[in-house]
Amino acid sequence: MSANSKSATFRVAIVGSGPAGLAAAARAAQLGLSHVLIEKTDHLSDTIYKYQKGKHVMATPAQLVLRADLDFEAGKREKILGLWDEQTAAQKVNVHYNAEVKAIVGTGDPIPDSIMRIVTRGRDGTNSTKEFQRNAPPYRLSLSDGSEVIADTVILAIGTQGNPNTMRCPGADLPHIQYQLDDPGEYIDEHIVVVGTGDAGIENALGLAEDPEQRNVVTIVNRGSEFPTAKDANVQALLAAQSAGRVRIQADSETKSVEPGFITFETRDGEQTIRCDRIIARIGSAPPRGFVEQCGIEFSSSDRLAFPQLSPVFESTAPSIFIIGALAGYPLIKHCMNQGHDVVEFINGNTALKPADEPILEAKFKNLPGKRSVSQWLEFLRTNVSILEGMSPLQMREFMLDSEARFYKAGETILQRNDPGSSLFAIAQGSVWVLVSPTDPSIRVPIGTGLIFGEVGLVSGRKRGATIVAAEDAICVEISRTAALRLQSQVPAAKRAIERISTERQLLQMLKSGLQREDLVEVMQDYEVQQIAAGKPVFSENDEGNDVYVIRLGSMVVEKNFKGKPVFLNYFPAGNYVGAMESIAGGKRTSTVRAAIKSEVIKLNGDAFSRLLAAKPELAKKVTEDTAERQNLSSLVESKKDNFANIVDEYSNVANFLIENGIGEATDVLLIDEKLCVGCDNCEKACADSHDGLSRLDREAGKTYAHLHVPTSCRHCEQPHCMADCPPNAIHRGPDGEVYINDTCIGCGNCQRNCPYGVIRMEAKPPKKPSLLSWLFLGNGPGPGEPSKSWSYKNADPTVEKAKKAVKCDMCSGIAGGPACVRACPTGAAIRVSPEAFLTVARLERETG
Amino acid sequence: MASKAPTTGLQTERVRSDGTHESFLEYRNFYWLKIALAICGVCLVAYALIDVQPRHNGGSGYGYTLGTIGFGLIIWLTLLGLRKRSTSSKHWSLKGWTSAHVYLGLSLIIIGTLHTGFQLGWNVHTLAYALMMLVIISGIFGISAYSVLPERMSFNRDSATENDMVNNLRSIDEQLHEAAQPLEHRHAALVKESLDQNSFGGGLWRRLRNSYPNCQTRKVQLAIREELGQRPKKGDDPLEKVSLLLERKLATLARTRRHLQLKALLEFWLFVHVPMTFALIAALLAHVISVFFYW
Repeated sequence: MSANSKSATFRVAIVGSGPAGLAAAARAAQLGLSHVLIEKTDHLSDTIYKYQKGKHVMATPAQLVLRADLDFEAGKREKILGLWDEQTAAQKVNVHYNAEVKAIVGTGDPIPDSIMRIVTRGRDGTNSTKEFQRNAPPYRLSLSDGSEVIADTVILAIGTQGNPNTMRCPGADLPHIQYQLDDPGEYIDEHIVVVGTGDAGIENALGLAEDPEQRNVVTIVNRGSEFPTAKDANVQALLAAQSAGRVRIQADSETKSVEPGFITFETRDGEQTIRCDRIIARIGSAPPRGFVEQCGIEFSSSDRLAFPQLSPVFESTAPSIFIIGALAGYPLIKHCMNQGHDVVEFINGNTALKPADEPILEAKFKNLPGKRSVSQWLEFLRTNVSILEGMSPLQMREFMLDSEARFYKAGETILQRNDPGSSLFAIAQGSVWVLVSPTDPSIRVPIGTGLIFGEVGLVSGRKRGATIVAAEDAICVEISRTAALRLQSQVPAAKRAIERISTERQLLQMLKSGLQREDLVEVMQDYEVQQIAAGKPVFSENDEGNDVYVIRLGSMVVEKNFKGKPVFLNYFPAGNYVGAMESIAGGKRTSTVRAAIKSEVIKLNGDAFSRLLAAKPELAKKVTEDTAERQNLSSLVESKKDNFANIVDEYSNVANFLIENGIGEATDVLLIDEKLCVGCDNCEKACADSHDGLSRLDREAGKTYAHLHVPTSCRHCEQPHCMADCPPNAIHRGPDGEVYINDTCIGCGNCQRNCPYGVIRMEAKPPKKPSLLSWLFLGNGPGPGEPSKSWSYKNADPTVEKAKKAVKCDMCSGIAGGPACVRACPTGAAIRVSPEAFLTVARLERETG
Repeated sequence: MASKAPTTGLQTERVRSDGTHESFLEYRNFYWLKIALAICGVCLVAYALIDVQPRHNGGSGYGYTLGTIGFGLIIWLTLLGLRKRSTSSKHWSLKGWTSAHVYLGLSLIIIGTLHTGFQLGWNVHTLAYALMMLVIISGIFGISAYSVLPERMSFNRDSATENDMVNNLRSIDEQLHEAAQPLEHRHAALVKESLDQNSFGGGLWRRLRNSYPNCQTRKVQLAIREELGQRPKKGDDPLEKVSLLLERKLATLARTRRHLQLKALLEFWLFVHVPMTFALIAALLAHVISVFFYW
C-alpha cells in the first residue's frame, strides 16, 4: 500500500459526477458505504453543465421507472443542476472536485493468467501490442491534484466525451490557454488567438469578433489554406468576417511556441510572432478508450464504436472495476441514474436486485406462448438463435430493449415484399417460408430455427425483396437496426455470419432463375467484401478482368469514354450487379464503374461465375438479357452522341451534378424544375401547414444545375447519417421508406450535426394558428405557412415550456394524398423521384426525340 | 430499346415520378384544354343552330344557360385561392386545379361573349363583362409570365437565394464603410451617398422596369473611376479599393434588382387579377339581381 500521506482509503471510488456517477454516489451515501466521488471540474455533471443556458433536458424513455436517490424529470438545465446540487449536499455525498484521475492501478497480488493486451494502430496502419499484468484490488487512483485514493472497488462513469486534445508546443501549459469558451462576451480589449479551424474553433472566433464594441483582435490559426472539417456555412461566415476585417486568418501556420503575451507561428515564410493575451484551442478531443484500457479493461472489439466488456452486474474485465453510463453504452440520463443505483446495490451484495428495465422486458415477452421469466426468455433466445450465442446476459437485456419478440401462427405473414424495413429477423422457434415469386406463392424456400432473415433491409436499407410467412407456429425476434449494428460490433462471429448469409441471400434473390443455395457453393467459396470510397472506380474501362461485383451498400455509376470525355450511362443502387458482361463474353472492361457514394461491393470470382452460368442455362439467359439491355443503352448513347453531342453532355452533367448533391445515396428526393418554379413557396407553406406549422424544406436554398434545383430537403438516404448517433434511438425508417423522427427525440441536435445536407432543424412547435377562413375574411393569425418567430413568441402559452426538437421531412407519411409539397405546387415544378428511376437514359430519349 | 432502367434484384417499382413531369399547362396531356375546347365548341354550334328572336340575347333560354354556366364557373375559378391555401390530407393536385383554372377561365371568353349576344352598352351588365375580360387578360399575362420568367429567374439567381444577395450587399456595404475611412472627406462623402441610398426604392413601376436612373452607387462609381483615371495606378491607393468594392456592389445590385424585377413580374398581375375578380363578383351579383328584378 502507498505510503503517501495524501492517500485516503474508501470502499467505493466513483469517477465522474454525471447522472450515472452521481446516482451511484448518492446510493453509496444512503447505504452508508465509505465513498468518494471524483470530479475533474469544479461542478457536478459537466456534460449537462455545458449545455446552453435554458436548454430543456428531456427524460426518456417515459416508461422506465427512475429508482435513483436523486430526482430527475424533464425540465430546464438550471433546474436539474440546482436540484442535484441540493440533493447531493443533503445526502452528504463526499465529492472530491477539481481532480482528474490519471491512472488506476491494482495494488494487490498479480492475478494469475490475467494479462491485459492493448493493441494500438499507428497512422501507417501497423499494429503494436502492449501487454501488462493485472493486479488484484484494492486500486490506487492517482489524481491530477497530486493526491491519491485507495479503493476496494471503482465505478467508472466518465462518459464518452473524452478530454480535449491539448497543445503540445513549448509553453502549452501556460494558464492563458483554454480549451473551452463559455461566453464570448466575457472578453474585451484582448488579442485572442483561436487554434483549430473545425466548427468549434470557427464559431468561437466569430463569437469573439461579433461585437466590435468588445474591441478584441481575433486571429484564427489554420494549418492549411482550406477548411475541410468545417461546415460550409461556418466557412462562409468566417471568410466574410475576414474580408470585413473582424477576424484575421493565419493560414498555412502551425503554433511553434507560446509565451505570456505572445504566440509564435511556423509559417511558410518562416517564423512569425504576434501579440496574444489568450489562446482558445479547439483541436478535437480524444475518446476515453485509451485511459480505460490502461486500467486493464478490455473492449468487445477493435471497432471504434465498441463498448467495454461487462458482466451482468456491470463489472469489467478488471475485477472490482465497474463501468456504467454512456461509457457502458447507455446514453440516456434515466438509464444512467438507474445503473448508478443498481451498481452500488450489486457491490453491496444485493444479488437479488432486478434491473429497472425488467417491467419493459416483461411487457415484451408477455404475448409469447409458454410461461417463462424474463431471464429464461433471454436465455431461450440466446441459445436458440445462432447469431446471439456470443452475447452476455447484460448484452442480451440491452439487445432486447431495442428488439421485439413475436409469436406468429402458421401461415401468418411476417413481412411483405416491397415493404421498407431496416430490421433483421431471427427465428427462435419454428420455421418460415420465403415466397420467392411475387405472383406464384407455391415457389418457396424454407428457413429453419436459429437462422435469420430480412438482413438485406438491414444492410442496404432498401425495400423487402420477398414476402415471408410462418411455415408453422413460430417465435421470431425482430432486431432493430441499432441493435443489429451493436450486435455486430460486440460479437464478431455474428458479424461474419450475417455477412455470409446476407451475401448468399442477396445473390439468390438477385439472380433468381431457380438457383438454390447448393448452386452457389463454389461462387461463395472465395467471395470478398470490398469497401469503395466515393468516386473511386470498382473497375475502369479497358481493364483486364472478369470478376463480378454485387453492390451491397451504396450505389454505382456506369460511365463510358466517348471522344475522351466520360459520359454517364447508368446508375445502379444496392442490389444490382456489375461486370457480368465480361464474365460471359470475356475481353476488356467496356465501361467504368465507380462508387457514387461510399459503397460496399461483393467481389465474386469471374471464373466461378462463368462455370455457374454454364451449369445453369436459365441463369445464363437472364444475365445475358440484363447485360444486353445495358449494351443497348451504351450503343444508344453512342448513336445520340454523334447527332446530339450537347444534349448527351448535358445529360451526363446533370447526372453528375445530382450525384454530387447526394442523390446517389437518396431513396426519395424532392427536385424542383426551375423552368416551372414561380417562387410562390406554396410547397413550403403546405409543408408547414401539414406538419405542426414547421416547414421541413427550404425551396430557395440548395444547388441548381441546368434549371434542376435540389432544395434543402431530406433525401431519405439509404444509410441515413442522422441515425448514426441518436441517444434515444428516435430516428427510424417508416412504412413508405421515409426516415422520420419520433416523439422520443430529446433535442440533443446530434442528427442535425450529422446530416451532410443540412435538412434537419431544431425547433419548438409554434402555437396553433386560427383557421384559414378566419385569416382570409377576418385577418386573424399569420396566414398559411410557417408563422414568423415573433408571432409564435407573442402567441405562445407562457405556462407551457416547449422543447426544441429535431424536425425533418417525413415524406408526409400517413397523409393519404401523399407529399404536400408536390400536391401544393401550382405549376408542376416540384417532383419527388427515386434516383434509379430518374437517372435513366429515358430522359435522354425524350429530349432527343 | 432500353427505355427503362434495368430492374434487377431489390430494385422495385415505385409509384413516383420518373422525371416525366408535366407543367400545369400540359397536365394530363392537355385534359382541361380539351374539355374547354369542347365546351366552347358546343356553345358556338348551339349559338349558330338555335334561332333566338329577334336576336341573340342574355334573356333567352340559351342565354340563361350560358349565364348560369358562366356564373358557376366564375365562382368556382375564384375558389382556387382557397384551394391553394388549404392543405388537407386528401388526394388533390394543385397543378390539376391550376390547369383547369387556366383553360376553363379562357373558355369564359366564348361563354361570356356569347351570353351577351353582342349587346353591349353603358350599363352594369356590360360592366360585369368588361371586368371579366380584364380578369381574363390579366390571367393571360400571368400565364405568359409563368411560362417565360421562371427560367430567367433561375438563370439570374444561379443558386443564390434572395437572402444571400441581401447579405452579400450588406457585407459589401460594411466593407465600403471600412474602406472609406482613410479617404479624404470629399471621397468619403461620395461613398456615404452610395451607402445611404435605398438601392431598391422608387416604387413598383421602377421595380417592374428594372430601371434605377437615380442609382447613387452608379454615379459615385463613375465619378470615382473618372478621378482614378486621371492619376497613376499605385496599387495601394485606398480609392482604388473603394472603386473595386463599388464595382462589386454594382454587380450584386444588378443581380438583386433583376431578381426583384422578375419576382415582381411574376406577382404583380395577381394584384390586378384578384381584386378585379372580387369587383367582377360584385358586378355579377348586381347584374343577376337587376336582371331578375326587371324581369
